[in-house]
Amino acid sequence: MKNLLNAISHLRSSRAKSRDAKAGADVSRLRSTRTGLGGALVAALALAVPAAGQDIAITNAKLVIGDGSAPIDGGTVVVRGGKVVAAGAGVAVPAGIERVDAGGRWVTPGIVAAFSRVGLVEVDAVGGTNDRNAPRTRFSAGLDIAPALNPMGSPVAVNRAAGVTRAIVAPGGSSNLFAGQGAVVDLADDMDMVTKPRALQFVAFGEDGSAKAGGSRAATFLLFREQLLAARSYARNPASLAEWGNDAMIQRADADALVQVINGVTPLFVRVDRAADIINVLKLRQEFPALKLVLVGVTEGWMVARELAAAKVPVLVSPLTDLPSSFEQLGATQSNAGRLKAAGVDVSVGVFDDDDAHKMGYATQYAGNLVGLTRVPGASGMTWDQAFASISSAPARAVGMEGSIGSLRPGRVGDVVVWDNDPLELGSRPTAIWIDGKAQSLTTRQDRLRDRYATPSEGALPKAYDR
Amino acid sequence: MIRGVKGSLLAAVSLALVGCAATGKETASASDKPATAEKPVKFNKDPYPSTYRPYGGRPTAVRGVTIFDGEGGRIDNGVVLFAGGKVEAVGGADTAIPTGYDVIDGTGKFVTPGVIDIHSHLGDYPSPSVDAHSDGNEATSPTTPEVWSEHSVWPQDPGFSRALANGGVTSLQILPGSANLMGGRSITLKNVPSRTVQGMKFPGAPYGLKMACGENPKRVYGGKGRMPSTRMGNFAVNRATWQKAAAYKKKMDDGKAVDRDLAMETLAGVLSGEILLHNHCYRADEMALVIDMSKEFGYKVSTFHHAVESYKIADILAKEGICSAMWADWWGFKMEAYDSVNENIPMVYKAGACTIVHSDDANQIQRLNQEAAKARAAGRRMGIDVSDEVAWTWLSLNPAKALGIGDRTGSLKPGKMADVVLWNGNPFSAYTRPEKVWIDGALMFDANDPKRRPVSDFELGQPGEGDVK
Repeated sequence: MKNLLNAISHLRSSRAKSRDAKAGADVSRLRSTRTGLGGALVAALALAVPAAGQDIAITNAKLVIGDGSAPIDGGTVVVRGGKVVAAGAGVAVPAGIERVDAGGRWVTPGIVAAFSRVGLVEVDAVGGTNDRNAPRTRFSAGLDIAPALNPMGSPVAVNRAAGVTRAIVAPGGSSNLFAGQGAVVDLADDMDMVTKPRALQFVAFGEDGSAKAGGSRAATFLLFREQLLAARSYARNPASLAEWGNDAMIQRADADALVQVINGVTPLFVRVDRAADIINVLKLRQEFPALKLVLVGVTEGWMVARELAAAKVPVLVSPLTDLPSSFEQLGATQSNAGRLKAAGVDVSVGVFDDDDAHKMGYATQYAGNLVGLTRVPGASGMTWDQAFASISSAPARAVGMEGSIGSLRPGRVGDVVVWDNDPLELGSRPTAIWIDGKAQSLTTRQDRLRDRYATPSEGALPKAYDR
Repeated sequence: MIRGVKGSLLAAVSLALVGCAATGKETASASDKPATAEKPVKFNKDPYPSTYRPYGGRPTAVRGVTIFDGEGGRIDNGVVLFAGGKVEAVGGADTAIPTGYDVIDGTGKFVTPGVIDIHSHLGDYPSPSVDAHSDGNEATSPTTPEVWSEHSVWPQDPGFSRALANGGVTSLQILPGSANLMGGRSITLKNVPSRTVQGMKFPGAPYGLKMACGENPKRVYGGKGRMPSTRMGNFAVNRATWQKAAAYKKKMDDGKAVDRDLAMETLAGVLSGEILLHNHCYRADEMALVIDMSKEFGYKVSTFHHAVESYKIADILAKEGICSAMWADWWGFKMEAYDSVNENIPMVYKAGACTIVHSDDANQIQRLNQEAAKARAAGRRMGIDVSDEVAWTWLSLNPAKALGIGDRTGSLKPGKMADVVLWNGNPFSAYTRPEKVWIDGALMFDANDPKRRPVSDFELGQPGEGDVK
């Protein structure tokens, strides 16, 4: 998040990831271009994707359940009706079911992107394709990203081809303190992307929160409290909101959403980094005891690991953050995730403070780096099994969906990936993916470009005729 | 074997020679009154000279290691010897180790030349990235060739130490940003801590000029209601400026005194070949136009940076002898990065064009080896088989040559700078980190010794001081 902001103000990398840059976007022309391409893709997919929802058994796998247990050689996973019914060694394959021999390769649950904007953005700097932020809306907590998601966007296919099958998607920000309600989504090549709408509420404390709340952390905490109290009054007496008129702290839709936060129905994802801010956010539960907190970022979490563990609050970290990018990240270290894990905190690994819409596939690389850290003197990392769980079952648990996604335990969705190599190792790629038991296309727009230019020089006709 | 290297070799070598020849000398310009035979006007070309000195080290032998020599060669169970700041020998297990050398058993480990990042903004966009530190774009005019990035570098940026300890980076080029068509001079640094930027400057490295194509300049200045606001505006401003520079240079060459013009001096240096041109450019069609512009005015593009669409014109880039400095897989953040493919790097390599992996980022500079590994794997999946040792040329010798320092560093050849990394495993694995990093033979990082971990002034007395990071 911070790095994105910096990149915008600096053009440092010319990555000009201007989320709000609308200038020059000729959206209508872009769309007409993509329609033509989309037609080709749909045709390709129709050929590639077998009938939906087949029952399958994947056998002879180096099987990773995703719950932190060790890989099982010669494992089998059975999916029926879109759900895992059995996974492990010595699992019987039901008669008549389609069998896929993994040939000893790694088979895992799909990666769960712990904190992302996949589906909300096509091109960051093309405003019409970027639904991350809503800086000029009257609404805040009531915003619901579900109708903004575009399952046909190329980032969905690119992230899927990297092994990501589910994602926790949070809005970026509104004009007010609360950003709005995120969703849990799947990355299948169909039109229905939402697994669970309104699965979380997002709010930033620290420097980002101060900027929204009026300039200081004091303003952030007071605004947070007043908005929740207003929502609680509204819940007890819906007429109260009308009585406040223009003095109302929040809109009706925002109050509806915040009531669910106060009641602990909707988890509250809180971006917070500075150690002291983390402690103060944990204290919010003194006044609002039902808050289901999930902390995001938590760069200085290792400094208050004991408190986090005692609070039993899950955390989502971007694990390779090791620079003091701001004064609230002075203690940044790649050992943060490992130290938190060792202290007993439930740690999920995400790809944010980076490109949070296009590069969810970095999750495996980041998790692999955590394994690498165990070999560095004085550093803390994770075992392979822990690291994989941090990008599958841990984020599922953080968002309260450990019973339905994120592992290959019976009853979970049939999101299964076969890899060409160790999935946490660099350059490993899926060779087959099922989502809800449906085989998925692994072909992306990028692959089509690659194939067109495999020989860059033009032949008898221009490249535009090579398809 | 090294097809990817060949294309750029001649160009880079000739540039390097020009760079060497020019460094540290003064440019002479005759008076505008030749009849009086006054002594020519002299401008000091090196007014902020390098004060870098190697920090000294013990004669060292690393044995039992797998060596990627940076030129595409590999030795298993090899021996690397360095002393006096220079590589002395690289060979097999039978290489004799002279007495008096510190011997490190590297069994199961790997040795490579240090990583060289051709595209960094460390120091001019340092951490913490507060407004007071935002010193990378002089975004007040679309052409600012008169600014020098070294005058913005904050040597206390903690990012330098991360690049050293986690990334094995031993040299790096600090470029101005890309808000401007002509952003200013770049500087090449040795990645050593120093009180001053002069103490980091790579001795004798030629200067570079940063230029930028495409979206950024036209957005920044178009947004201010100024030219350029279009790509054709970008070219018009560039051409007018090059025309002026050519006239300035002609006056200099003709011995007619000219008032010193810092902007024109830099551009004249590019036209004469002593300053290397580094051109931020994403789109293939735009790179092709830039190549024509370079011929129109008689300069040479050393490297296209970012070069997201180099795969579309890799044949042209090979023919022209221009390097591409690329990411493995960044895409989608703006329109000109929309056509990225994961195979860009290996496709450029396959075409025989000079291939470089770059970071442009304080985080990715810490794992350029991992970016190369991803690119190599993507290439293999499309049938482009690149060995580990050849892929390492993307990280060391190719960027060194493109920076005009390839004759001094970038590979483990006797007589070259002992810029050496000992990795605790194969550096193309996610599970591997640097164990020791030497710069000019001096041990600047040792994972086993907390005292060999630099702590910048900014980090001293702060949370996490001296932590593993």
